[in-house]
Formats: sequence, structure tokens, C-alpha cells
Amino acid sequence: MNTPGNVVVVGASVAGLTAAVTLRTLGYDGRLTLIGDEPHTPYNRPPLSKQILAGTWEPDRIKLRTDEELSDLDARLLFGRSATGLDTAARRVVLEDGDSVSYDALVIATGVTPNSLPGAHHLAGVHLLRTLDDALALRADLRHKPGVKVAVVGAGFLGSEAAAAARRMQLDVTMIDPRPVPMRRQFGDRIAGLVGRLHTKNGVSMRCGTGVRRFFESGGRVTGLELTDGTLLDADVVVVAIGAAPAVGWLAGSGLELGNGVECDPTCRAAPGVYAAGDVASWHNDHFGCRMRLEHRLNATEQAQAVARNVLGEGQPFAPVPYFWTDQYDAHIQAYGIFPADAELAVLHGELEGGHFVVAYGHRGRVVGVLGWNSPCELRKLRQLVVDRAPWTSILPTPPTVWPGRHLSASLR
Amino acid sequence: MQVTLHQDKCVASGQCVLAAQDVFDQRDLDGVAVLLDDRPPAELHDDVRQAATVCPALAIALADA
Ligand SMILES: Cc1cc2nc3c(=O)[nH]c(=O)nc-3n(C[C@H](O)[C@H](O)[C@H](O)COP(=O)(O)OP(=O)(O)OC[C@H]3O[C@@H](n4cnc5c(N)ncnc54)[C@H](O)[C@@H]3O)c2cc1C
Ligand code: SF4
Repeated sequence: MNTPGNVVVVGASVAGLTAAVTLRTLGYDGRLTLIGDEPHTPYNRPPLSKQILAGTWEPDRIKLRTDEELSDLDARLLFGRSATGLDTAARRVVLEDGDSVSYDALVIATGVTPNSLPGAHHLAGVHLLRTLDDALALRADLRHKPGVKVAVVGAGFLGSEAAAAARRMQLDVTMIDPRPVPMRRQFGDRIAGLVGRLHTKNGVSMRCGTGVRRFFESGGRVTGLELTDGTLLDADVVVVAIGAAPAVGWLAGSGLELGNGVECDPTCRAAPGVYAAGDVASWHNDHFGCRMRLEHRLNATEQAQAVARNVLGEGQPFAPVPYFWTDQYDAHIQAYGIFPADAELAVLHGELEGGHFVVAYGHRGRVVGVLGWNSPCELRKLRQLVVDRAPWTSILPTPPTVWPGRHLSASLR
Repeated sequence: MQVTLHQDKCVASGQCVLAAQDVFDQRDLDGVAVLLDDRPPAELHDDVRQAATVCPALAIALADA
């Protein structure tokens, strides 16, 4: 096996850093360069829309590595520098200042860029939420004066968490989404309906089934918006959380397949010597027999570990059971697997109305996902159903809601 | 190896239990991780390192001891 002597990683967040750290852990002692365009040392994103936004944590708590641990990596760290081009034939990454860095193996870990809303982002008070700087700017605006009116555009997990954080600050919050219920794309109508009720119960004004037509401003600052159903809303702060697109602009002309992200084979390899990991990577997951690209925190770690092993010649397919969580108000929602829109649902533990439950998602005769609502231990034990791709009928004969959860859990452990 | 668990950071993901179930468990009530053994035996060190690496909340710290 030909191990490379010079590895370059582009994107210095969780996937990029984990790839670099894993290479060293596995004994790689060649040259290593980590390039990232953010000025900060690498940090963890999930707390941005939770503790950082709510003001319960300060940025120091979310560093992925201490400065000392970073220097122990024995890598060339190019932070605050962005990659603008890739020449796969010459095996070179081009930087914005015209410098270039050559590689034997390249790991692409540039994540995603949030989508923006036309005609809005030149206004003060309008925010995206992806980076630490975004979160701090939004937090400052939310605290700016008492009684701030907040409009959250997009009711996916990011918008939902931002709405929850703003409600925690006792602010007046409206959430707008063209779909009929929040988080529908993630979890399907039934569970999404529960998320909608959760927001309403916590005092968010939900405007589902409508979009934004235009923004109002005064002196360059947003003052309100008009919805597509004609409603006028006052707003001092607008959070735009309408999804994100893979950060692949710098790869144009490189010859890599850039469909929905950097398209890789099952081993996360995109071209000879080129791999991708984390939110930017699209690959064929053999466990589910389909191509996927995930924007989940755990996947960034696991995929980067797999890529590091494959860079060193292991050549193993990456076929995980994905995991995802979100915190909103008192609801801690966690999920393993995939959640196709046309999946069937069965309650395996607790009750949908009871605030604690686990449901299974069935697709083409197999269990493909399990989702837990305030039931972390039960969920972890039921994960095995997804690992085993258990036949859907095998979990159905007894009316599932009366299953003795504990007993079942014990036997699965 | 000395293991420290920061429960105030834990997001109850259970990844540590999946990686090293002799060293970590989760509280029934809220799923927050509990440490069963803060000085695990050598044969578990790889599993514990994996637990610390996959923990999405960076709640597990390891030190030589
Ligand atoms: C606010 C927020 C909350 C979240 N909460 C959860 C949660 O509760 N649960 C969950 O499972 N997941 C959550 N996620 C998702 C999770 O954070 C991501 O899946 C994870 O960060 C992906 O890591 P990554 O390294 O692939 O990409 P990223 O973290 O996006 O890192 C990519 C890095 O590459 C840099 N970069 C991009 N282009 C270039 C370039 N051309 N040159 C140099 N550098 C470049 C970017 O600036 C960035 O620093 C959340 C995400 C956000 C934004
Ligand atoms: S892996 Fe981390 S976040 Fe998950 S239960 Fe263990 S300590 Fe908590």
C-alpha cells in the first residue's frame, strides 16, 4: 500500500480537524497542512444555536482543541486563508492570495454555506446562523433592547432552535415556513406536527404554509416583512435559516463530480488521492443502498475518521447508521438512520402525546430509522433495529404501544 | 489513563456507551452520561479513546495517569 507523504486538508472545522488528528493517531508522520478560512481556531457548531445564542456559554467553551493540542498536531496551520482552486492533475490547492500547496492526498472538508434570501442581507438586523461570528452578532442584536420582535424564516432544525433560544430570552417570536409544519423534511408529517405544537405551546407565533414576499426597512435596518399571504409583520431582527448548500465553489473546473456536494465512491474517494468528509461529502452508503449527504455533527467525525484510514490505504466502505439530535425548549429529540417521506411509523416506547417516546420508521419492509423524544436510553437500545435493518413485520405483531419497553431494550442490548 | 466526564456539556447522545459500555452508562432520567470507571484497564483504552473522539459535545477528557 502506497501511503502518502504529504496530506492537505481543506476546511478546518470538525471534519477537517478530525481527519488531521486521526491521521496522526494512526501513526502518519508525513507532512500535514490544515487550511481553513475562518479566523478562529476550530470550534464546535451545535452550541451556537443553543448555549451560545441563549448566552449561557461563552465562545471559550466550544473550542474543539486547545492551542497546545493544535500545536501537538505538528501540522502547518493556515487559518484565515481560503482555498480558491484545485488542480487535480498537478495535485495542487490554490489559495486566495495566489499561493499554492501541493499534496499527495487531499481531504476536502469545506462543509456547507447557508442559503440567503434575495433582497434581505444588505439590511442591518438580518442574520444567517452558521459561524461563531454569526451567532455572536445575532445574540448582540437580540439583546439590543427589551421587547425585540424576532422573525425566523425557515422552520428546519436551525430555525427551530433559534426560535427556542429567542423565546428563552422572552422575546416576541414569529416563525415562517412555506411547508405546512416545521421539520417536515427531516421527520415526516406526524412528528413534525408535534414540533409545531411544541413551538406554539412555548409562545411562538407559527406562520406555516407561507413565504416571505418582501422586507421593509428604515435607514438601512429591517423593520418588518410582508408574507406571501399578505400578512404584515413588524420585526427588529430576522433570522434566515432556509437550508445550506455544499461549499464547492472553489472546486469549479477541478474535474470532480459536484452534484449535491463532492460526489464520492463508498470509500469517500472522489478522485485518485482526493477524499471528502462531513457536510460537503456525498457518498454511497452501502448500509442503506443509497447515496447520501448528511449535515450532522456525528457524521462529520465518523466520516473524517473513515477518510483518514482510507487515505492511509485501508480502502474500506463508510457505511454508518447516521445520528442526529436537536434541543428545543424541554424537548431533546434524537434520531438514528434515515427518514424517507413515505416511511411508515410505529411507536415502540411511550406515547406520542406523552412527551417521551421512541418511534420506528419503516421503508420497503425494513426498519430504516428510530427517533426518540426525551428518551435517550430507550433510543440507544433500539438503534440496533436500524443496524440490523430489522424486517418491519418483526416489530409489528404485538400492538407496539403496549410493548414493554424495558424488557425489549434489555433483550436488544 | 484518567477519564474525566463533563456532565454539564453532555448532550445525552449515548455515543460513549456504544463505544465503551464498560466505562460509560447513561442516567435513565435524562440520558446524561455517567462514568463507571475513571481509570479503565489498558484493554479498554482504545474504546475509551474512540468514545472521547466521537462525543459530539466534547464532554470526555483523557489524561495519562
Ligand atoms: C448553528 C448550528 C447548529 C447545529 N446543531 C446541530 C445539532 O444539534 N446536531 C447535529 O447533529 N448537527 C448540528 N449541526 C450540524 C453540524 O454542526 C455540522 O454537521 C458539522 O459542523 C459539519 O462539519 P464539517 O466540518 O463537515 O463542516 P463545517 O463545520 O461547515 O466546516 C467547514 C469549514 O470549512 C471552511 N471553508 C469553507 N470553504 C472553504 C475554503 N474554500 N477554504 C478554506 N476553508 C473553507 C468553513 O469556513 C468551515 O470552517 C449544527 C450546525 C449549525 C451551523
Ligand atoms: S458521547 Fe458525550 S454527549 Fe454523548 S452521552 Fe457520552 S458524554 Fe454525553
